[in-house]
Amino acid sequence: MKTGAKVLIEGLLRQGTKTIFGYPGGVVLPIYDVLYDSPLQHILVRHEQAAAHAADGYARASGRVGVCLATSGPGACNLVTGIATAYMDSIPVVALTGQVPTSLLGNDAFQESDIHGITMPITKHNYLVTRAEDLPQVIAEAFYIASTGRPGPVLIDLPKDVSTGEVPDEIEFPTSVNLRGYQPTVKGHPRQIERAAELLTKAERPLLYVGGGTILSGAEQELLALAERLGAPVTTTLMGLGAICGDHPLNLGMLGMHGTAYANYAVTECDLLVAIGARFDDRVTGRIETFAPNAQVIHIDVDPAEIGKNKSVDVPIVGDVRHVLAQLISRLPAGSKTGPWLARIDQWRAIHPLTIRDDGLLHPQYVVRTLSELLDGEGVIVSEVGQNQMWAAQHFCFKKPRSWITSGGLGTMGYGLPAAMGACFARPGEQVVLIAGDGSLQMNIQEFGTIAQYRIPVKVVVLNNGFLGMVRQWQELFYEHRYAYTELPPVNFVGIARAYGIDGMVVEECGEVREALRTAIAHDGPFVVDVHVEREENVFPMVPAGAAINEMIGSRL
Amino acid sequence: MKQHTLSVLVENRAGVLSRVTGLFSRRGFNIESLAVGTCEEEGTSRITIVVFGDDREVEQVIKQLNKLIDVIKVSDLTERARVERELALIKVSADPGGTRAEVMQIATIFRSQVIDVGSKTVTLEVTGDSDKIDALQRLLVPYGIRELYRTGRIAVLRGQKTVKSEK
Ligand SMILES: Cc1ncc(C[n+]2csc(CCOP(=O)(O)OP(=O)(O)O)c2C)c(N)n1
Repeated sequence: MKTGAKVLIEGLLRQGTKTIFGYPGGVVLPIYDVLYDSPLQHILVRHEQAAAHAADGYARASGRVGVCLATSGPGACNLVTGIATAYMDSIPVVALTGQVPTSLLGNDAFQESDIHGITMPITKHNYLVTRAEDLPQVIAEAFYIASTGRPGPVLIDLPKDVSTGEVPDEIEFPTSVNLRGYQPTVKGHPRQIERAAELLTKAERPLLYVGGGTILSGAEQELLALAERLGAPVTTTLMGLGAICGDHPLNLGMLGMHGTAYANYAVTECDLLVAIGARFDDRVTGRIETFAPNAQVIHIDVDPAEIGKNKSVDVPIVGDVRHVLAQLISRLPAGSKTGPWLARIDQWRAIHPLTIRDDGLLHPQYVVRTLSELLDGEGVIVSEVGQNQMWAAQHFCFKKPRSWITSGGLGTMGYGLPAAMGACFARPGEQVVLIAGDGSLQMNIQEFGTIAQYRIPVKVVVLNNGFLGMVRQWQELFYEHRYAYTELPPVNFVGIARAYGIDGMVVEECGEVREALRTAIAHDGPFVVDVHVEREENVFPMVPAGAAINEMIGSRL
Repeated sequence: MKQHTLSVLVENRAGVLSRVTGLFSRRGFNIESLAVGTCEEEGTSRITIVVFGDDREVEQVIKQLNKLIDVIKVSDLTERARVERELALIKVSADPGGTRAEVMQIATIFRSQVIDVGSKTVTLEVTGDSDKIDALQRLLVPYGIRELYRTGRIAVLRGQKTVKSEK
């Protein structure tokens, strides 16, 4: 006989899991005891939220399922923000939580919380296991559900007696999963493909609007082929950055609230909008009634519920983006007639480029651009949330999918540092650089402990403005400069890093930026660069909340 | 905006009802009526839900329901030829020397059964569509309804068709 805990770890190994992020506690002791001499690598974080974000960062950087583990009650509850973050961005994570023994369930036992109920609205699916012999099936299902269709987090709640319960040694692990209530559509419907191909062939001003689904589906080659065959410009959402090479002539960069002016104008002027693995989020569309007002819309998504949810579409195509694009390409004649359209976009591009001031002051955008030059598209950039995130999105030239990791849908401050740790385990040997704000960094700064303990080679670049910058920007623009509770007192980040045993340096002059970043990149191990940037810099262009996306401020119109 | 009748076939697993109802409240839909029970296939249950909303909203609800792993199938019966039934148990004041005879008479007209008699009450059982039960209820109000229990509405397609056999 063997224990449920043993079956659990065996199940994880069978799923190909190599690393899990976790934090122990009473009811998961049986699991930790098995981990003690298991080939599975367990990374001890300093807060369970970080375990969830690290698993998420691991998943985004690798394309594989990330796994985290926490004890019952407070441990499980601390995972919640991380699970919600993964859910909003459709990231495959399996979260394991300990639970009080089944005999005590519902008794308000010590450290009992109904994490199954709590996470129902923020997981793709979840399980409360009540018998050890169910574990092989549950684990197989959890990984299958997390990683297929529209990916997402799955939680497995494991009462202590399930972990200690005994099952026969020869218990079988399923090799495939078939759930009749879950049959994701992969191929696009031929009739819709036909109609889409017709529209694409006719369009004079097509625009591909590309979201994170394209990256999740691994469709970058098909996207490139489609764009080039049609001569269609491509704009990406925050989550779609990297789906097309940043310096490809057809790439217009990001659209939406902080998108490029030329991408937003292109949306307004296009006659055919092809949404590819994107979901018409309000940060992208602005006022939805005025989004792509002149266009017919083709919407490709693996999740039928996204199609028609926010914007009515002319051609809905449910299916995996990679398959659908391949189907489409084979039906399109070569040769494009988009010359005049591209010329028009290039004019906008020339008039409204993304600029940074060259006045000798230390502008945060300059830091991002310099980093972009030094890395030249290699490695992984992770961001926190706020201005730092938008500057990274705007000014870093992403050249490959999965080179950009950020909390888009939930906008979770404190996501970046632990996600960067996860990315390091997913992509050993590659540069992983976190672009952080001083506010966000302090939301999970305890993870310096984890980084130091395992010598996780994250490079942290703090765009330190002494403000909750993005909120301050809104206060400046929309609340008459009334900076209510958004100023942060100076923090000695390098001092904190050193206290944990991590090296770092402060940068206060524009002229020092390049050298400091070089030092960080060359450094063997984690490193913190605390850059004291212009304090009241704003992110522009900006579409005010609820405005049409061609109504931007901060872009000379 | 109109009433939609949805028939939802689910795996009979712990938590499935709360998944379904949670989805409605989260997305801001009011459930007008809900009925749950086992069905012809072991291990599955059928939930009949009546919601009020415009077509686009209800379409979104159906799609979201379909995303639940434990939901096997969702059928919108709204535009279909179907039979709908609800059951009500009504305990109404009825004095033997006074109103009892009238109450019994009304019961007969509605083809409802007297299922229990108290010293000053009778309890009626009635089945039918919601309108019929509403009508009976209205007629009984003057006599004094002590307690009223209504099940949720259930619905079945007319003829040979079954929701399960349809694509
Ligand atoms: C957990 C959480 N709390 C609050 C917010 C709201 N919020 C969005 S951006 C921001 C300020 C971020 O400040 P900082 O990390 O210093 O970055 P900056 O904008 O200055 O680059 C805040 C408070 C959030 N996104 N997440």
